Amino acid sequence: MNLKDLSKIEKSEVPLTKEDFVSDQMVKWCAGCGAHAILASVANVFPEIGYKKENFCFISGIGCSSRFPYYVNTYGFHGIHGRANVIATGVKITNPHLSVWIVTGDGDSMAIGGNHFIHIVRRNLDVNIMLFNNQIYGLTKGQYSPTSPIGSVTKTSPFGTIEHPFEPGELVLGAQGTFFARTLDTRPKHMTEVMFEAARHDGTSVVEILQNCVIFNDKAHGAITSRDLRDDAQLMLQHGEPMLFGAEKNKGIKLGQMGLEVITIGEDGNTIDDVLVHDMYAKDPAIHLMLAKIKPPLYPMAFGVIRAAEFPTYNQLVEKQLVLAKESSNIKSVDDLLNSGDTWEI
Amino acid sequence: MDSTNQKIIKKDSVVVKFAGDSGDGMQLAGTLFADTAALEGNDLSTFPYYPAEIRPPHNTVAGVSGFQVNVGGKVLTSGDEVDILVCMNPASLAANLKVVKIGGTILADADNFSEKAYEKAGYKNNPLEDDSLNSYRLLKVPMTSLAKIAAEEAGADGRLAERTRNIFALGMILSICDYDIEKTFHLLEKKFSSKPVILESNKKSLLSGYAYADSSELSLSKVQLPVAEIAKGRYRNITGNIATAWGLLAAAERSGRQLFLGSYPITPATEILMELAAQKSLGTKVFQAEDEIGGVCSAIGASFAGAMAVTTTSGPGLSLKTEALGLAVITELPLVVVNVQRGGPSTGMPTKSEQSDLNMALFGRNGEAPMIVFAASSAADCFYKAYETAKYSMEHMTPAILLTDGQMGQGSELFRIPKVSELPEIVPPIAKANDENYQPYKRDMETLARQWAIPGTEGLRHRIGGLEKTDGKGMVSTDPLNHELMSKYRAEKVQKVAERIPLQDVVGEQEGDVLVVSWGGTFGAVRTAVNELHAEGKSIGHAHFGYIMPLPRNTADIFKKFKKIIVCELNLGQFVNYLRMVHPDFTYEQYNKIQGLPFDIQELKDVFNKML
Repeated sequence: MNLKDLSKIEKSEVPLTKEDFVSDQMVKWCAGCGAHAILASVANVFPEIGYKKENFCFISGIGCSSRFPYYVNTYGFHGIHGRANVIATGVKITNPHLSVWIVTGDGDSMAIGGNHFIHIVRRNLDVNIMLFNNQIYGLTKGQYSPTSPIGSVTKTSPFGTIEHPFEPGELVLGAQGTFFARTLDTRPKHMTEVMFEAARHDGTSVVEILQNCVIFNDKAHGAITSRDLRDDAQLMLQHGEPMLFGAEKNKGIKLGQMGLEVITIGEDGNTIDDVLVHDMYAKDPAIHLMLAKIKPPLYPMAFGVIRAAEFPTYNQLVEKQLVLAKESSNIKSVDDLLNSGDTWEI
Repeated sequence: MDSTNQKIIKKDSVVVKFAGDSGDGMQLAGTLFADTAALEGNDLSTFPYYPAEIRPPHNTVAGVSGFQVNVGGKVLTSGDEVDILVCMNPASLAANLKVVKIGGTILADADNFSEKAYEKAGYKNNPLEDDSLNSYRLLKVPMTSLAKIAAEEAGADGRLAERTRNIFALGMILSICDYDIEKTFHLLEKKFSSKPVILESNKKSLLSGYAYADSSELSLSKVQLPVAEIAKGRYRNITGNIATAWGLLAAAERSGRQLFLGSYPITPATEILMELAAQKSLGTKVFQAEDEIGGVCSAIGASFAGAMAVTTTSGPGLSLKTEALGLAVITELPLVVVNVQRGGPSTGMPTKSEQSDLNMALFGRNGEAPMIVFAASSAADCFYKAYETAKYSMEHMTPAILLTDGQMGQGSELFRIPKVSELPEIVPPIAKANDENYQPYKRDMETLARQWAIPGTEGLRHRIGGLEKTDGKGMVSTDPLNHELMSKYRAEKVQKVAERIPLQDVVGEQEGDVLVVSWGGTFGAVRTAVNELHAEGKSIGHAHFGYIMPLPRNTADIFKKFKKIIVCELNLGQFVNYLRMVHPDFTYEQYNKIQGLPFDIQELKDVFNKML
């Protein structure tokens, strides 16, 4: 398993609290927006992660989510639309000691910045991406996004969308992602747990946060979050634990011949032994991909850390090449370089 | 080798062009010739000319690749006309005959002038056999078969042996220039050190070509060239793209910043990316991004994190980067953008050179988004202009563009090797840890630069971004007066650079009838044309601009001293229109060329003579 040894990072000399991360700027999200809860979770979990506060760095693109850096008292950079992931790439390569957090949305990273998203994931740069997925363009007031379900009626799809949406988890795993987790803005404790795991993962951590947009896409995730449906709609994964769900925790996920199946323990001869045990550290992404894809009404949706596999990170390899090059080259300065090869005196 | 019976002719310079099919190794032969000339102590300038396709149809004019080298005592251009043309097939003769001086020498590989080949090149008869080349000294040499015989002695098989014909041709040229073949052997040994058969067969072919040209039957005269008339020092041959890369490395070392390059391959800028990728021992971090936008955005991130950040590109790539450049302007972060210009618009003519990206460099962003714009004037000058672009970008905390072009980027000339410690110092305004008075947009009122507060530093946590910020504190703001103030600061900050760059110089007449104005890569041709006319006693001066935005502060003073001003550039008039905007009190004539080719010295002299 690919866990950063958080005891070895540059720690704050004094214990930090959430107040250390509150910025002086007025938070301008709508009342009831899921982003408020995400912000609170970050402030809660950062002291626990333990970096000294100057080593946290937030990078964002454009959209409601991307105002986030202004609201956290860390180093922060509010970029341009779609480019947060690649701006952060430059930050992390330059200073691998920083804990880099990218805040982005379904428009920012799935549409205009889709290219940078798949490539940062493919490279496995050690950063944490918080993908706020509210399935709508909020800041431009309600147009469909690449994650809006087919048929969504929005301001730019008055007759319903005719596009197949992206499932961010599929995209991450298709791009050889090493870490993917899903959480909900309505479950602050779960959010902080997942964020902590993301911080501990050495590699690109993508955390999809299903977020509500009270103004333009209210109850966006109602089929998963509503009180009467949620027990059957949410599979809360825990590493090493059987994949159980339902109010009675008597439903489970079984690996059948044709993929995942929902079973009820005690019915059709199914026992707890038939239920898959979650291994988030598995290198083979096959089951992780299945877990990322399942959703109601046939299945529950999977939450928690779906995948946290160990692979070398881009930034580690950058540093390694630099060390090797320095050891093996006799060019130690620009003067050496200028005078290398064929030169002559006049 | 006995060459006592050969005539020796003294010349100031000689222009040699190697031309053949793409894949015939003309770029290699030309480069080896230039490097040998440099080792012989000659001044030189090179001009590679090749199609955009890697292996276009065999034996067609479209597929001709060429490499022109001007060698001599003092050389500023790769030469208007060619003294010696090496042509490996009929197509390369057809494509290049018009640039050969009347009376010049043509060395043709007679083995490749089959009926099929010359018809493919558009000839009805074999041009080597009819009288069409009577105005030239034509030498029909069976280069392929002679090279084959020579190379087979070294163990090369048929195909490989034939492919050494480019080196055979080079051997002939070395003999004509009376160069020491050992110097070229040394260059080949370095190039093919791990491939002994290829090395030995090329050496045999080189020697065979040399001996063939030496043989008395041809009665070729030898050219004797003066050593370079240049300042004392240690020299090397360098292309503009390598010089750019090295200038950036020098600036990083001198400023104490780590060098970060975020870039995406594009002709003719790619060599900078490749060179910096090779220099990891100097701590350079090079990121080949997924696209041009990724290149510039990663560089902006790196700059935020405290690196000396660079992105390199050519025209279409600069178009893609424009939104991000606005971000660098408003966040007031240093960033060096190198644009190696090529023929546009769109994909245009990727392997041909022009100066048509100036408008985009000056104005190509949304909002009021001024940037420093410098332009290099030659391959060696790329080193210094890259260094200065980085210096002023960091010291003024604002992005800066360096314009070079494909011809200087891939062409080469002599470069006097400087000591890094003797270059001007670079002192970026880095904020100190725990500075209680730190504010993101607090400025040094002399440079108007804000401070560079680097993530990880204690006590300087702050947020910046693409939204307008208040002066000083850097809060998000749409306050009308604040926006006007910040817009003026950003513009003024760039103008302040004029107080620190050198004054514009004039060469030739300091006041008089005609001032010739040029910028960037046209330096060699324009300077030579003006020098020649001035030597004839004409009242003409030359101001060549390397600092475009801002312009040197004495620009108007210079313009005042001449009756007429003519601005020459390889576009439809971008610099001249900029001058009309900034200095409207003068009347400017203009001379433009947009053919993907450099100016000829003679064509410029004709234009200037009409004004004198």
